[in-house]
Amino acid sequence: MLKLKRRVGLKLYTEMKDKAPIYFLLFALVALFLGMFFGMTASFQYLMPEFLKEQIPFSKLRPFHVTSVISWIVLSATGSIYFFITYVEKFKLFSRWLVKLHFIIFLLTGVAIYISFIFGYNEGREYFAFHPILMIPILVGWILFGINYFKILYKNVKGWPVYYWMWGTGIVFMCYHLMEAHFWLFDFFRLNFIKDFAVQWKSTGSFTGSWNMLVYGMSIYLMSKIKENTDVATNKMAFFFYFLGLTNLMFGWAHHTYLLPTQPWIRYVAYGISMTEWIVLASIIYNWKSSVLKIEKENNPMAYRFLLATDFWIFINIILALLFSIPAINFFTHGTHITVAHSMGTTIGINTTILFSALFYIVHQLYPDFITDKKWVKRGFYSLNISLFIFFVSLIIAGAKRSYWMYVSKTGSFSEMQDSIIPYYISFFVFGIAIFVSLLIVAVPIFRAFLKNIKS
Amino acid sequence: MITNSKPYILTIAILIFLFSIYNYVIYNTEGYVAVGKLSPVAVKGQQIFQSNQCWSCHQLYGLGGYLGPDLTNVYSEDGKGPLYIKAFLNSGVKSMPQFHFSEEEKNALVEYLKQVDETGIYPNYDAKIEATGWVEIIYRNER
Repeated sequence: MLKLKRRVGLKLYTEMKDKAPIYFLLFALVALFLGMFFGMTASFQYLMPEFLKEQIPFSKLRPFHVTSVISWIVLSATGSIYFFITYVEKFKLFSRWLVKLHFIIFLLTGVAIYISFIFGYNEGREYFAFHPILMIPILVGWILFGINYFKILYKNVKGWPVYYWMWGTGIVFMCYHLMEAHFWLFDFFRLNFIKDFAVQWKSTGSFTGSWNMLVYGMSIYLMSKIKENTDVATNKMAFFFYFLGLTNLMFGWAHHTYLLPTQPWIRYVAYGISMTEWIVLASIIYNWKSSVLKIEKENNPMAYRFLLATDFWIFINIILALLFSIPAINFFTHGTHITVAHSMGTTIGINTTILFSALFYIVHQLYPDFITDKKWVKRGFYSLNISLFIFFVSLIIAGAKRSYWMYVSKTGSFSEMQDSIIPYYISFFVFGIAIFVSLLIVAVPIFRAFLKNIKS
Repeated sequence: MITNSKPYILTIAILIFLFSIYNYVIYNTEGYVAVGKLSPVAVKGQQIFQSNQCWSCHQLYGLGGYLGPDLTNVYSEDGKGPLYIKAFLNSGVKSMPQFHFSEEEKNALVEYLKQVDETGIYPNYDAKIEATGWVEIIYRNER
C-alpha cells in the first residue's frame, strides 16, 4: 500500500512541471507570517499606547496587518484551487502563461502595496488602504484567474458539483465587489456621505462573502475527496445552501450599517435575509456534525482535524452572527469588540482552519509518505484552538464592557473605559502571541515541504 | 455524479437579475436624513482622514477601529467641538501620534467632521426596541 502511494506520489511529482500553485501557497504562507507579526505588534499598542507611536503608530501598522491576512486567505485559496483543478482533477490548464502572469502580477502588487504603506501613499479606505491605482493590477489578476478557471471547467466538466459553482461565484463577485469598494472615487457616491458610507460597507461585507465562497467551496471539495463521496457536493441540499449563501452575499450586508441613517427598507431587507441563516444553524446541528465525524481520516489526519475544528468554529460564529444580526442585539454590540471577536473567529477559526486542512491535503498529495500529524504539529493544532477560544472570549468580554459603558453607565471618558478593559487586552495580546506561535508550529513543516517541492 | 445544471443556472440568473435591480436602487437612494453634499473643503478633510488612516483607530457610526473613540458627533458633543479636535491633532494623546497638519488641513478635517455630524447621531439613545427584534430609531429630522 505504501509503495503504491509512493509510486502515485512520484508520478504526480514528476508531472509537476508547472509549480505556480505551490508558488501561490508559499506566497500565502509568507503573508500569513507577516500578517501575524504585524497584528501582534499592533495589539501591543493596546497595552502600551505610547510604544513607538511616533515611528510606527497603530494607524500605520493596522493596514499592514489587515492587508497581509486578507492576502493569506485569498492567495492560499487561489493556490489551492489551481492545485485541485490541475493536479488532483488533472485538467489541463487553459493557459499556463496566464497562471504565471497572474502570480507575477499579485507578487509585484503585493510588494507595491507594502512600499505604498511604508512611504505613506495610502489614500484608500479600511481593508483597501493602499493607493487606489493598485486595485487595477489586483482586478487584472482576478480576471486572469477567472479566464483560466471558466475555460478549464467549461471544457472539462458537465454538471458541476457545488464547489465549482462556489469558486466561480467567488471569482466573479470578488471582481465586482473590489470595484464597488472603489466607487467612492466618483463624486456621485463620494459627495453623499450616507450613501457613500453604506456602499463602502456593502462592498466590504460582500467582499468577505466572496472569499467565503472560495474557502467554503474548498471545505466541501475536501470533504468529498477525503470521504471519497461525491454526494456531499452534488446533492440538492448542498445546492440549497449554496444559493442561501449567495443570497446572503448579495442582500444580507446591511446588518453592518443598521445604525447608519439609510432608508429603513434597506435594513428590513438585511434583517430578513440575515435571519435565513437560522436554517444553516439548524442544519449544522442535525446533519453536519455527524457527516464530518464519519470522515475517513487515516490518510489525511491533519486535514481531518482542521475540518473538525472548522465545524466547531462555524457553530460558535454562526450563533454570534445570528444574534447580532437581530437589530435589538446589534444596537448594543455594534461598534464594540464583539464585532472584532466575530471577524477574528471567522478569519482564524473558519477560514484559516479550512485553508490549513487544504494545505495538509496538498502536502499529502505531493508527498504521500509525509507524516502530517507529527507530535509538535498536533500540539500546535490544539494550542491554536485553545488560544483562539480564550482570545475570542477576551474580545467578547471587552466588547460587553464597552457596550455597558456606551449604553448603561454612560459615565467616564473613553480613556477610562479603555483602562478598565486592560486585563482583557492583556489576555488578547498574550493569546494572540500563542495563536502566532501555534500557527508557526503548524505551518513551518508545510512551508518546508512546499519549498522542497519548488527547489526540486 | 453529474448534476443537472439547468435549474441552477436559471436560479443564478434570477438572483443576478434581482441583485442588479437592488444595486441600482441602492446606488440611487439618498440617506434617510436630508443633508447637503460634502463641500470641497470637507472632501479635502475626508482625503486627509483617509490618507492618515484615522479610521484605523477611530470610528464613524461605530465602523472603523477600536483604539480611539467614535468621532461621529465629536463636532457637536458637549465639551467638544472644533477647538477640541484641533487640540488633539496638535498634541496627540496616548497612542495617537502628533500630526503636523497645517491650519488649512486642520480646518478641512474639522469641516469634514462637522458635515458627518450633521448626518445623524451615534450612539443614538432615542431608540425603541420592539418585540420583533427591530429597533425604531428617532433620527434628527424626526425630532
